[in-house]
Amino acid sequence: MMRFKGKVAHKFAESPLLELRMPPWRSRLMALLILGSFVVLIGRAFYLQIVNTDFLQEKGESRYRRDIEISASRGRIADRHGDVLAISTPMKSIWAVPSAATLTPEQTRQLASLLETDVQQLTSKLTSEKNFVFLRRQIPPAVADRVAALKLPGIGQDKEYRRFYPTGEMTAHMVGFTGVDDKGLEGVELAFHGQLLGQPGRRSVIKDRRGQLVEDVGSIKPPQDGDDIRLALDSKIQYLAYSQLKQAIADNKAKAGGVVVLDARSGEILALANWPTYNPNNRESLSGSQLRNRAVTDTFEPGSTLKPFTIAKALDTGKVRFDTIINCAPGRLTIGRATISDAHPHGALTVAQVIQKSSNVGAAKIAAMLPSQQMWTMFDDVGFGQLPHLGFPGEVSGHLRPWKTWKPIEQATMSYGHGISVSLIQLARAYSVFARDGDLIPLSLTRLDSPPPRGTQVFSPQTAREVRAMLEMAVQPGGTAPKAQIPGYRVAGKTGTAHKLAGGRYANKYVSSFVGFAPASDPRLIVAVMIDEAAGGQYYGGLVAAPVFAAVMSSALRTLGVAPDSPLELEPSPQSPIVKAGL
Amino acid sequence: MARLNVFLLLAVVVCSLGLVTSQHKARQLFQALDVQQERARQLDVEFGQLQLELSTWGTAPRIEKIAVEKLGMHTPEAEPLLAAANKPGRGTRR
Repeated sequence: MMRFKGKVAHKFAESPLLELRMPPWRSRLMALLILGSFVVLIGRAFYLQIVNTDFLQEKGESRYRRDIEISASRGRIADRHGDVLAISTPMKSIWAVPSAATLTPEQTRQLASLLETDVQQLTSKLTSEKNFVFLRRQIPPAVADRVAALKLPGIGQDKEYRRFYPTGEMTAHMVGFTGVDDKGLEGVELAFHGQLLGQPGRRSVIKDRRGQLVEDVGSIKPPQDGDDIRLALDSKIQYLAYSQLKQAIADNKAKAGGVVVLDARSGEILALANWPTYNPNNRESLSGSQLRNRAVTDTFEPGSTLKPFTIAKALDTGKVRFDTIINCAPGRLTIGRATISDAHPHGALTVAQVIQKSSNVGAAKIAAMLPSQQMWTMFDDVGFGQLPHLGFPGEVSGHLRPWKTWKPIEQATMSYGHGISVSLIQLARAYSVFARDGDLIPLSLTRLDSPPPRGTQVFSPQTAREVRAMLEMAVQPGGTAPKAQIPGYRVAGKTGTAHKLAGGRYANKYVSSFVGFAPASDPRLIVAVMIDEAAGGQYYGGLVAAPVFAAVMSSALRTLGVAPDSPLELEPSPQSPIVKAGL
Repeated sequence: MARLNVFLLLAVVVCSLGLVTSQHKARQLFQALDVQQERARQLDVEFGQLQLELSTWGTAPRIEKIAVEKLGMHTPEAEPLLAAANKPGRGTRR
């Protein structure tokens, strides 16, 4: 602004300056320059706002907007009472970007001591050529916080989950385990992986200068925690089964074994124990034999435990009655070039006694009355040769050859459980036809709210009741398994002792088994026991497997509060001879 | 006219201060919410850890060990066991 020093005050419009005659191009030039600069500004604004907006917007957002992943945890696995069998808890993993991680020797030492690793090992990881290395995975969050407090360059951490199995080796085969990336590798963890897996969520936020969240922007995707799985398993019964099995294996110096406990009413698997087993919390030195869920993945020739099925079919089709006399003398039967023999020769036996005494000859003679197709259909109906469809990894269908290829001798041996192979869980399930009124129920790993109405009918209820009575005779004095008796309860069951095949020949190694149910008046539980290669001098199913059955069954019935159905005076009288079990 | 303008100016100033305050409050509340949500997650984690601890202390082998060794308990023989009769007409089982 100009200031005037004249004595006479002029009005603005009369300013003498305005009366100066300026060359007109100057004002025009000024106007043009101003206009031009406006055009430049508008052009720049257009460039920034319209042409380059996406890029700039992104750059701006990257300075204050953050995408955060919200982690979701894997579902819990619990038993039928809600006791936790597998649970995830957050841990941290420590990683490094070697090119950015330039640590002083002192810092390296500190880090190594926190991570509990060797200084040398750590240094070699930090100087490796890779872009990214994990220094230690799954460390407790408290330790990770102390690592973060060191504020080391190029060292970062991630949140991850670690799975814990409080019941450890007891439920190892049932529950299975997950790998380091939360992927189910075995057992229920694998079978129900899809349900257990959580879906991480995502949200976009604005952060202020201090790194605090200020505002949510955009849409939030909430995390979906994995579903909890409620198994049918009963931890108490599982423990009973596991500890009794372990004891029996030690007593009999056996190689392996398995126990399966089923609820006869609902088909739920209340316990499934195998030996050898492993601790899923510490899987550093695992062998394949420890990992095998034998009850599901291994098949064996069941031996005499199959006799009731052949006989039930013969009863069902009216070929025999329970009191039909079968001549089993002289304890041998020759079919073609092969000879079937009984462990103890019997004379004439009724059909019921064939089961009670477990006569191979009797079973073979009854099997000969059945057409092979009928026998095959019956085996197929009770689930042999079929996958149990539990979803367990490696579950097997067992071996049941098509009936057209059967030779007479094979049909005879199959009647007493040779030339056919089944898994323990198949065998336990098949016995549900006798524990129930002739129908086969599907098995369930998970707890059912209401029992399935009825399974597929295999035998008539009348036949099932008759076979049940015969199986009750087998555990009474005079039968093959008096050791399966439980004071206070009526028990029904069948022993099995099968030679093992070794290199195509039957060797002097045995699989001892016992399958039974109780209380016989209204069966509630089915327990199947299998002991592989008992080497303690005894190998008969009635002596090796039956005591395990009795111990597991009696405690399980007591645990469930099942009322006794037998007066106590039915205990075995001391003078009754303990019959040496037959095959 | 001038008075109205002054009044409007004041109104604008007051409104904008109000806007700033409410924005600030909103952010504070959001942060508080976030802190609480984080706490909820922490508590959930702690619940999981406590559940884990509960299961670990309550495993059947440990209970049996303590019952037998410390408390001198044992499973009763079948002989002295008496089943209490249920009322007729009611189911015999749970």
